[in-house]
Amino acid sequence: MKQSIFTIEKNEPIAAGMYGMTLRGDTSEITAPGQFVNVKLEGLFLRRPISVCDCEGDVLRLIYKVVGHGTAQMAAMQPGQTLDLLTGLGNGYDLSMAGDAPLLIGGGVGVPPLFLLARKLREQGKAVTAVLGFNKAEEIILKDEFQALGCEVRIATLDGSVGTNGFVTDALPEKMSCVYTCGPEPMLKAVYRATACPAQFSFEERMGCGFGACMGCSCKTVTGYKRICTDGPVLVREEILW
Amino acid sequence: MVDLSVDLCGITIDNPVIPASGTFGYGQEFAKLYDINILGTFSFKGTTWEPRFGNETPRIAECPAGMLNAVGLQNPGVHHVIEHELPELKKIFHKPVMANVSGFSVEQYVKTCELLTKEEQVGWIELNISCPNVHGGGMSFGTDPKAAAEVVSAVKKVVTKPLIVKLTPNVTDIVAIAKACEDAGADGVSLINTLLGLRMDLKTGRPLLANTTGGLSGPAVFPVAVRMVYQVAKAVKIPVVGLGGVTTAEDVLEMQMAGAAAVEVGTANLIDPYACKKIIEDLPAVYEKYGYKSK
Repeated sequence: MKQSIFTIEKNEPIAAGMYGMTLRGDTSEITAPGQFVNVKLEGLFLRRPISVCDCEGDVLRLIYKVVGHGTAQMAAMQPGQTLDLLTGLGNGYDLSMAGDAPLLIGGGVGVPPLFLLARKLREQGKAVTAVLGFNKAEEIILKDEFQALGCEVRIATLDGSVGTNGFVTDALPEKMSCVYTCGPEPMLKAVYRATACPAQFSFEERMGCGFGACMGCSCKTVTGYKRICTDGPVLVREEILW
Repeated sequence: MVDLSVDLCGITIDNPVIPASGTFGYGQEFAKLYDINILGTFSFKGTTWEPRFGNETPRIAECPAGMLNAVGLQNPGVHHVIEHELPELKKIFHKPVMANVSGFSVEQYVKTCELLTKEEQVGWIELNISCPNVHGGGMSFGTDPKAAAEVVSAVKKVVTKPLIVKLTPNVTDIVAIAKACEDAGADGVSLINTLLGLRMDLKTGRPLLANTTGGLSGPAVFPVAVRMVYQVAKAVKIPVVGLGGVTTAEDVLEMQMAGAAAVEVGTANLIDPYACKKIIEDLPAVYEKYGYKSK
């Protein structure tokens, strides 16, 4: 973990309610896809955890959905302004489990952390399939960029406006060696039930500190109590109590 | 060089800054960030006889200048702490540590303290009779002078280390509780624990926290804490450890001026993990600026 100041280079809407922010700073502690940063915002007491979408060199990319005061404040920020971030938080996804046909399943604002994962898996020459679920066409993010990485991309929308009409679980391929997923908990549960191969699930919880000190985000697992912020956010299938 | 050292119940600590229980774990997370030996000491995570998961989530809510928590004393239990946490701590922290203990009966408090007082690295026992987030224990001992005196005198019989009793602000007269603890043999008191609060979720119309209520901490509670420290310090002869919303070196000095022998820093650690390090670094200049001498 590291606390440091990042400078915003770009901050713009990329889909309905969704913003993309590019920042420059010390990313040395970001060591795995699926980790998050904790963002200090003016006038708000607690930091806001945001997953890392992409990170290369000193450039960090975040994609966030405006859901409350914190993300609304982020959306109003301009290039040149700075943010105080805690970086390198959480365990992130384990690439060594990928196998020859990794399947990435993302729902809504759960899609961004899968992007760095997809890039890393493609760099290893893996055949990556990404199943991305959204409510409707206007909310679709990162589709073209996953395709540009060389991933097979399947889209599911709840209103049927693009791709499969329904949930991500309605658009799964037959072949999968390992599932990597992030999204709302009902989606994670559906993926858990619809698949049987090794799988890694990224969870969300209200956090106090984000680095393991306050026990605010604990959950029960097969292997004991875990802190979503530090022992997670990624848990493997075998340790989840569903 | 400004001498920052203070005496806490017969043990000299290098400076008055003590991370508060529940915001510093058993030290490991922060030891990755800075050398925690710069601290006066720290109070480890509230430990109970049995392991506890605590409350369901959400356990955290926010407010302007503070937060609510309803963790509910999650901890691995005293046996695990002695067998695993303390040996690990010994590798990274070379000073006496403050052992924070909670319980649900006098017997549990006594049994837990009896074990911890024998641990070499434990310098003080901080008896938490003020947790607002558990039912049938914790704060119920700290809201009645008789119940407080009963648990303090029972624990005092078995401990060989100084006994500091952590008090709740959720009472009409904290001075009466503090005096009852002093009369029952407490070597010090620490105050304040969190203030009972509640936030509603506007989207659901229900309480935000799974536990309904939670404990308010952070800068929002600082003036309440300073007031109570001031009142208690005037009324008792034993040392008072001040805490509640302390965030800066100025806050530490303000607590000391109100009568605190040492000062705990809690929630600030969660927002800025370097908070205590910064406070310790800032303290000499703040003492000099206001002409304060700790001795």
